[in-house]
Amino acid sequence: MLVQFYNVSKIYSNGVKALDDVSLKIERGEFLFLMGPSGAGKSTLIKLFFREEAPTRGQIFIASRSIVRMKRSEVPRLRRNIGIVFQDFKLLENKTASENIAFAMEVVGANPKEISQRVAEVIEMVGLKGKENSFPGELSGGEQQRVGIARALANRPLLLIADEPTGNLDIDTSREIMELLFDINRKGTTVIMATHARELVKAARKRVILLDKGRVIADNPNGESIV
Amino acid sequence: MRLRNVVYFWREAWKSLRRNKVLTIASVSTVSICILILGMAVLMTANAGNVMKKLESDVEMVAFLDRALTRSQISQIEEQISRLDGVKSVKFVSRDTALARLEKSYGNKEYDLKSTLGKNPLPHSFEVKAKNPHDVPRIASKVGKIEGVYKVNYGQGVVERLFAVTKWVRAISLAFIVLLSLGAIFLIATTIRLAIYARRKEIYLMKLVGATDWFIRWPFFIEGILLGTLGALFSILLLAGAYSSLVSNMGSVYFIPLVTGGPILNQLYIALLAAGAVLGVVGTYISLNRFLDV
Repeated sequence: MLVQFYNVSKIYSNGVKALDDVSLKIERGEFLFLMGPSGAGKSTLIKLFFREEAPTRGQIFIASRSIVRMKRSEVPRLRRNIGIVFQDFKLLENKTASENIAFAMEVVGANPKEISQRVAEVIEMVGLKGKENSFPGELSGGEQQRVGIARALANRPLLLIADEPTGNLDIDTSREIMELLFDINRKGTTVIMATHARELVKAARKRVILLDKGRVIADNPNGESIV
Repeated sequence: MRLRNVVYFWREAWKSLRRNKVLTIASVSTVSICILILGMAVLMTANAGNVMKKLESDVEMVAFLDRALTRSQISQIEEQISRLDGVKSVKFVSRDTALARLEKSYGNKEYDLKSTLGKNPLPHSFEVKAKNPHDVPRIASKVGKIEGVYKVNYGQGVVERLFAVTKWVRAISLAFIVLLSLGAIFLIATTIRLAIYARRKEIYLMKLVGATDWFIRWPFFIEGILLGTLGALFSILLLAGAYSSLVSNMGSVYFIPLVTGGPILNQLYIALLAAGAVLGVVGTYISLNRFLDV
């Protein structure tokens, strides 16, 4: 079991109840969609995984370790095992594609030889060969998201979390990004993807968790009844 | 810390300084101005301290002796005074020496006081110096109680006021320096915050991929040290030039004893250089922490 949430609630300091008694389990190697209207608590749930937020109540285990009682100094180790892909890519504009990917490894202190080897590997994996030295401004949206995914994969995470990765992309490009994520999942990485894109979810026939007003209102193994 | 990381930290710091040229110049100027003002305050304080010390060290007491004392009684009194706690030196001034001094203070030998008065009116006396000038009133009262001492004089009243003044001058200059340092820290922190703000996305990403706080901090600290030291260097050059020309133009004219000792000034300049580096680091620390809270 890779992830376990037990009765997790999150109330922000301004009184907003973002999550209400959420329990869920995620197996190693799963591919999981997180759906729900805006404000349902998807973003909060995602932030709990890599401890950008801590829950108000409840317990969370990742790889059998509680991340609720985790000390601040232990958080970096947790995050090195989690890759994050953003809707707006969050690439550094003054770095090339490969520098953006290398950045994720440099700042955790990897050695230069290992970095150049791994960067070439993930560039190949996401299909960006030939674009290594392009700056984000010179790449299409889909290509930029591929750089984002490559960066998330650089440190060989157990878990890849994608927060509406296709939110800024057209439908054809979205399908390509989905294929890439399935491919990554097939190679063994657990993938969690928050999305609004019903047609992508419908076509995928993967597990779907539906959130509304901070509660899990459905958890379906192949998404049938939900979309 | 691994050498690879150290190299990385310096490279990042250098890149950032070059990339944000305008902010670099702004930060260095801010530090320069702060250290310049701080340096002037410290120099003024040092000189005020010098004057105070000079004034204080002039404080001594004179113990006048009864007239009919034998030599052995006199040396007994000397013995008793020098055994008092805090006494630095005791010097015997005979009535003849005292008269000669008095005549000399009138400028020349034309006033033969002895023959004018018919006799020497002055008593024997001891000039007593204290290790700490502040102890003079306390010691004086003890000396006054010794048998055979007729009267003790140390500028009663004036000395107490002098000490009150020196105490206030020191306290105020210290407060002034502390306030200036705080002001400098906040100015520098604000300038550096701009530089960090421009890189908040980078810091956020570093946090999310699992960089430790210290890994993120180091390049910024090095940047802060470089900015602080460079700024301090400029202001010290300016300050040293201005002060040495001040000393050479004024030193001989005024009675104020300016601080001119090379070693003291060099220590001061080194301290200011260190202050620049420290201000840079503290300013960076203050600005950086809230961006690390991810």
